[in-house]
Amino acid sequence: MAETILSIEHLKKEYDGKPVLDDVSLKVKKGEVIVIVGPSGCGKSTLLRCINALEPIQGGEIRLHGEPIGSSPKQLATLRQKIGMVFQSYELFPHLTVMENIILAPTKVQKRTKADAQTEARTLLSRVGLADRADSYPRQLSGGQKQRIAIVRALCMHPEILLFDEVTAALDPEMVHEVLQVLLDLAEQGRTMLIVTHEMQFARAVADRILFLDDANIVADAAPEVFFDTPVSERAKNFLSTFTFERKNKNSQDAALRV
Amino acid sequence: MPDLGLEVLFKGKNMLRLLDGLGVALKISLIAVAISIPLGLLLGILMTRKNPIVRALLRLYLEFIRIMPQMVLLFLVFFGATRVFGWNLSGELSAVIVFTLWGTAEMSDLVRGALTSIPAHQYESGAALGLTNAQTFFYIIIPQTVRRLIPLSINLITRMIKTTSLILMIGVVEVLKVAQQIIEANRMSSPGAAFGVYLFVFFLYFIVCWPIGRLAKYLEKKWV
Amino acid sequence: MNWDFIAQYLPLYEKAAWLTVRLGIAGILLSILIGLACAVIQYFKVPVLRQLCTAYIELSRNTPLLIQLFFIYYGLPKLGIQTNATACGISGLAFLGGSYMAESFRSGIEAVEQIQSESAYSLGMSRLQVMRYVVLPQAISISVPAFVANIIFLLKETSVFSAISLMDLMFTAKDLIGLYYKTTESLFLLVAFYLLILLPVSVLGSLLERRLRHAGFGA
Repeated sequence: MAETILSIEHLKKEYDGKPVLDDVSLKVKKGEVIVIVGPSGCGKSTLLRCINALEPIQGGEIRLHGEPIGSSPKQLATLRQKIGMVFQSYELFPHLTVMENIILAPTKVQKRTKADAQTEARTLLSRVGLADRADSYPRQLSGGQKQRIAIVRALCMHPEILLFDEVTAALDPEMVHEVLQVLLDLAEQGRTMLIVTHEMQFARAVADRILFLDDANIVADAAPEVFFDTPVSERAKNFLSTFTFERKNKNSQDAALRV
Repeated sequence: MPDLGLEVLFKGKNMLRLLDGLGVALKISLIAVAISIPLGLLLGILMTRKNPIVRALLRLYLEFIRIMPQMVLLFLVFFGATRVFGWNLSGELSAVIVFTLWGTAEMSDLVRGALTSIPAHQYESGAALGLTNAQTFFYIIIPQTVRRLIPLSINLITRMIKTTSLILMIGVVEVLKVAQQIIEANRMSSPGAAFGVYLFVFFLYFIVCWPIGRLAKYLEKKWV
Repeated sequence: MNWDFIAQYLPLYEKAAWLTVRLGIAGILLSILIGLACAVIQYFKVPVLRQLCTAYIELSRNTPLLIQLFFIYYGLPKLGIQTNATACGISGLAFLGGSYMAESFRSGIEAVEQIQSESAYSLGMSRLQVMRYVVLPQAISISVPAFVANIIFLLKETSVFSAISLMDLMFTAKDLIGLYYKTTESLFLLVAFYLLILLPVSVLGSLLERRLRHAGFGA
């Protein structure tokens, strides 16, 4: 049995008195890939942001290796180094080159030598197929390239768990694949990951567990085959039906007459 | 406790005289603003026209006025007009002329900026809905421009009021000049008057400008 | 136009122009420091200091430099705080300019999106590191146009220094008009010297602004 890296207990998060996450509990084991799905506004992204203490929480507890997150600013910075986060909008630093983006935190926060950080950055960059872009600035790259670099930037801190917040939602369709491929590779390497996404096919392929979030709570927690093929709850069925399209009167005479 | 000359303010009509002085400064700035706004609107719209000669001339006017310190402009009109045209302009009239020239330049640039900041697709979507050019201008462009302009024009008023302090230098008796006179008159009886009187004038300007500035900020937040 | 007169008094204007430039630069440098300090204090919401900064900014922005100078030059000595004209001019300009610079920095900092800082925090950076390596570099380049406008504004404002007997360009022009009635020549030199000081800054500023607007980082 693998050890538990992250545990969330009775997490409560409100915006203006309105609950966004209500009594959410979750355990993440080492090497697990968990995909979180759910309708927009269900609190998926908020859950990730709470784990990284980017949002203050109103109740419950989040622990990394048994240590509660956010007890002091200094402890928080240390814990955040162990949690890598990738955002929908990449958030590369526009005033720094790709290389500078990647080595900023390793050299300033972890006090590693520049040479050491650069060597690792190069290795990681070539693994995502961007070895030649080290000296580019973010604005010279495509969205897919930026997102792969944001992933490398997170990886270079040697995080124990990775959070992906809708990392393909801002991308053109043809770039989605190159980014998801990187995520699949990371899963293959046995990384612990929490992924929020709307790409259902990808979710099914990559996940060990699917969490379905709706109305501020976890409605389903199941293996992907179970969740997608035999959804139990009505809400999950409804949600999954929003990904299929059907035209009722296609090819019927009715439709032809009405036009 | 050193003598800070605060009691001088309450002696005789000193307070009233200072307020009168402030009145002169406010009057000059309000007259100038009242003329500047319509003129600035006109010039600002002209600046967005394609005619290169008109644009070049307006640009020259605008850049010259904006790059010169207002004090230099005051000197140019006050001393220069006497010299070149033989007019003997009073300090107050010179001040109104300079502030109008300056206000018009600033206003026209604000108008130009507000007009050009409206994205082209706003014009295009107006056209796409079948509106005529004039209809697009009146129903779509003007309402958006006005909302951007009002806070900026209000700010222009405070800038103008602050700048009126300069007209002391061309001999207009405004609040600062009155302050000097009061300090001078009480030199013997209260030698520390410079502190109290200037502090009072400082806050007088603050009390006038601060609420106007807040109003501009409030409108800006509400509308933009 | 009497060119002999102009030639004769050119050195006088030159000296005055240098005074304007020297005091202007000193005041502007101090303004930048004050402005940066205020903006950082407001960003970190430092208690007490933050309220003081707000009060200072409001006072400074809503009063004319001339009155600030009169108060420093004639008023403060009555409290026993003596200044000479030069120090008074520089500190007055810094008092005025600090608030303008603070506002430019502040709006630059606000223009850097919150999520940029969040992504830096998520890499484990401290608040100071986020400020220093992520927010400020972006904020400063966003503030460049406002910055240049402030510099031009402050250089123009130095024209009131003559009121506290600093022998700047205005002082010289006024002096010569009073002494010799050479109004045209004096005014011509006055305008020429101000253009000489201000035009290069203005041109440089618009070049810089254009470069930033069209290219940004990595051009």
